[in-house]
Amino acid sequence: MAHVDHSKPLEYATEENDLKIFGFWVFLGAEIMLFGTLFASYFALVDRTGTGPTAAEIFEIGPVLAETFILLASSFTIGLAIHAMRLGSKKATLTFMGITLALGLAFLSVEMYEFVHYVHVGAGITVSAFTSILLTTLGTHGLHVTLGFFWGLSIMIQIAKRGFTPATANKTFIFSLYWHFLDVVWIFIFSFVYLKGMM
Amino acid sequence: MEFFERFMVPHPSFLIYMSMVLIALVSIALVAVVTYFKLWGYLWREWFTTVDHKKIGIMYLITALLMLFRGGVDAVMLRYQLSMPENAFLTAQHYNEVFTTHGVVMILFMAMPFITFFFNFLVPLQIGARDVAFPRLNLISFWLFFMGAMLFNLSFVIGGSPDAGWTSYFPLADNEFSTSVGTNYYMIAIQIAGIGTLITGINFITTIMKMRAPGMTLFKMPMFTWSALIANLIIVFAFPVLTVALAMGAMDRLFDTKFFAIGDGGMDMLWANLFWVWGHPEVYILILPAFGLFSEIIPTFARRNLYGYNAMVWSMILISVLSFTVWTHHFFTMGQGAMTNSIFSITTMLIAIPTGIKIFNWLFTLYKGKIVMTTPMLYSMHFIPLFTLGGVTGVMLAMSAADYQYHNTMFLVAHFHNVIIPGVVYAMLAGLTFYWPKMFGFMLNERIGKATVWVMSTGFVLAFIPMYITGLDGQARRMYTYSEATGFTTLNMVSFIGAAIMAVSFGMLVWNIWYSFKNSPRNIGSDPWNARGLEWATHTPIPSYNFAITPDVTNASSEAFWDMKKNGVEIFKGDIKKIHMPNYSGLPFVMGVFFFILGFAMIFSMWIVAIIGLIGVLGCMVYRTFEKDEGFYIPEEEVKATEKKYEEMYKKRGDK
Repeated sequence: MAHVDHSKPLEYATEENDLKIFGFWVFLGAEIMLFGTLFASYFALVDRTGTGPTAAEIFEIGPVLAETFILLASSFTIGLAIHAMRLGSKKATLTFMGITLALGLAFLSVEMYEFVHYVHVGAGITVSAFTSILLTTLGTHGLHVTLGFFWGLSIMIQIAKRGFTPATANKTFIFSLYWHFLDVVWIFIFSFVYLKGMM
Repeated sequence: MEFFERFMVPHPSFLIYMSMVLIALVSIALVAVVTYFKLWGYLWREWFTTVDHKKIGIMYLITALLMLFRGGVDAVMLRYQLSMPENAFLTAQHYNEVFTTHGVVMILFMAMPFITFFFNFLVPLQIGARDVAFPRLNLISFWLFFMGAMLFNLSFVIGGSPDAGWTSYFPLADNEFSTSVGTNYYMIAIQIAGIGTLITGINFITTIMKMRAPGMTLFKMPMFTWSALIANLIIVFAFPVLTVALAMGAMDRLFDTKFFAIGDGGMDMLWANLFWVWGHPEVYILILPAFGLFSEIIPTFARRNLYGYNAMVWSMILISVLSFTVWTHHFFTMGQGAMTNSIFSITTMLIAIPTGIKIFNWLFTLYKGKIVMTTPMLYSMHFIPLFTLGGVTGVMLAMSAADYQYHNTMFLVAHFHNVIIPGVVYAMLAGLTFYWPKMFGFMLNERIGKATVWVMSTGFVLAFIPMYITGLDGQARRMYTYSEATGFTTLNMVSFIGAAIMAVSFGMLVWNIWYSFKNSPRNIGSDPWNARGLEWATHTPIPSYNFAITPDVTNASSEAFWDMKKNGVEIFKGDIKKIHMPNYSGLPFVMGVFFFILGFAMIFSMWIVAIIGLIGVLGCMVYRTFEKDEGFYIPEEEVKATEKKYEEMYKKRGDK
């Protein structure tokens, strides 16, 4: 219905689409503040372990590396999905989105294992200020990935049913921004929570 | 605690029982009236589901005025309790609850919706847009805010009010010292309302950055829109901090995490820091739009352009940056050492510079102006000296060494009321009087209005100046009583009389609305004040599409309507075309209800109900993503017919 400008990529083609992408960037600004606050709190509490374990005692490099590679790979595949969308290939877009979400699920499974492990070694969320902030920071990121998984799934259904319209293209593009953002957050978690903790 | 015991008010008194009965009676009466006049359908179709920014604005306004009443009753109770030594009107516990809810209600559920009302009502009109960027999201913001506010207000009849102060410092706010569910209400009700506010911030930044009329560069925006842009930027960068802090606080209370606990490595000062990293910018979220409103009102009634437009904008930008660098001044005495205190002392005092620039610009606008002393102008004239007084005592408090004398005394209480009331409240009431005819098509009575200002300022001075003196003499804040030997009696009685006079002035405001509704003439046209901004270039009442032709301000200044009237600048060029409009939706209301259920269940740890609420919220989101909603067009003929109707109406009524 709205005016479609064919000189632009489909996800930017209507005024409404343009507004939504801009608005989402502003939302990501708020998300940076949210995770920034969590990181600041983490740095304040990281050495306050009480009677509980320290970071070096509970971190394991194996699962963390697996999570990192899985999530980085998914960031690449969502980029491929957007590229396929610009080329107008529905099948390739859906395939790459499917791989992205499967990787997301794999990430969540490893993270779940990791959380069970922490509880098992006596680092549950109620043990000390350090475990509280550690699991809250990781959990907030994990919750974002979980929401992203179901969001991505609903977008895939819409592309499959409705094809590429300005609305579905816009949603896919915004979802890719979100997914990349979660990856960036993970890089900070990997560097400043895990690597720093294991040093 | 037994399951059902948690729902009881832990320290019931006659007053609380009375308010329970009153709340029940008022609710029954409201439902009865709405049902009797068969208004449910009208309310649902025209208001609860509206995406029209003007109507959403008016819903914010109504909520803000209700909350002003609630917070005002709290205030009078507090002052009455302190008016005599050893007064037994309130117990210590009840006093704690009343000052806590007074603070939260006034800041978050009165002042915030009041400024959001102005964002909603004014910003799209001032930039010549048809609506905000995301009309549906705007309605979600409103319902989240409203449900948060209602949830919070429920606390004093179900389960007990929060009692750890509006700052809710840990460890006081932890389960060990705040045993009722009151503080759960604080953590969760504010969280829900806060998410609504964050969404508002995103919405208005996008609206202002992307939807301005052709020719309106950033430095040609009306001053209120500038203030709204900066306030919303602060919202987007400050509110996530509150989100995290409240989530941690709620988890400490509900799930026994150790963020702010006393043992196990917990850090109570982390709460204080996070709270004020949000809390101080929050102060500027409130005051900048107030400055924006004064910058609209003062030029209108001084009949001169605003002095120093660029300086006004840059001073606001500077204030917004500095607002994030001063939070530690809220707890100078809580042990961060001389170096940190000195740095935060200096950043705090720096804020006085851009604020001073603004005060002088308003004074220079007045200089040699042909001042018309209307009610909004009278509020502004009372604002300048009273606010300056509050600002100067703020600089006194900013000196960290001297702060050890003032900290936690009535001096501080006097200071922040002295900036918030003449700053924010006067601006809201001035703006309300100023834009009232634009909203409702008649003016508020000027004689009653001006009398209201004088009564309010008299009450204000009597209520708060004595607190400076008792504060310097050592009267601590938040103490529910004192002995006669302290010598505070007389000044506290004066303060109570002042509070009572302020209550009278708010009564006069209500009376004025009723009186003017009955008696004011309706043929006032669309520009009764001879005003200057683009918002006055629309019809009254404003049609749903705001402007039949999108204004073009390429050849106009930031006061486009004034240029059109006085210099004949053409703003409305071209022909009327069909207009794209968003559809109304009931989904935001439903989502708000699910948030309410989720919040209420979490407060009382009823996890199954909470999961149902959460599923409801997520279900609404899934429904939304699959929904096809492309809005609709108002056809060209219909717009033309509406415009013609306005012409006929003006002619028939004999408008100016």
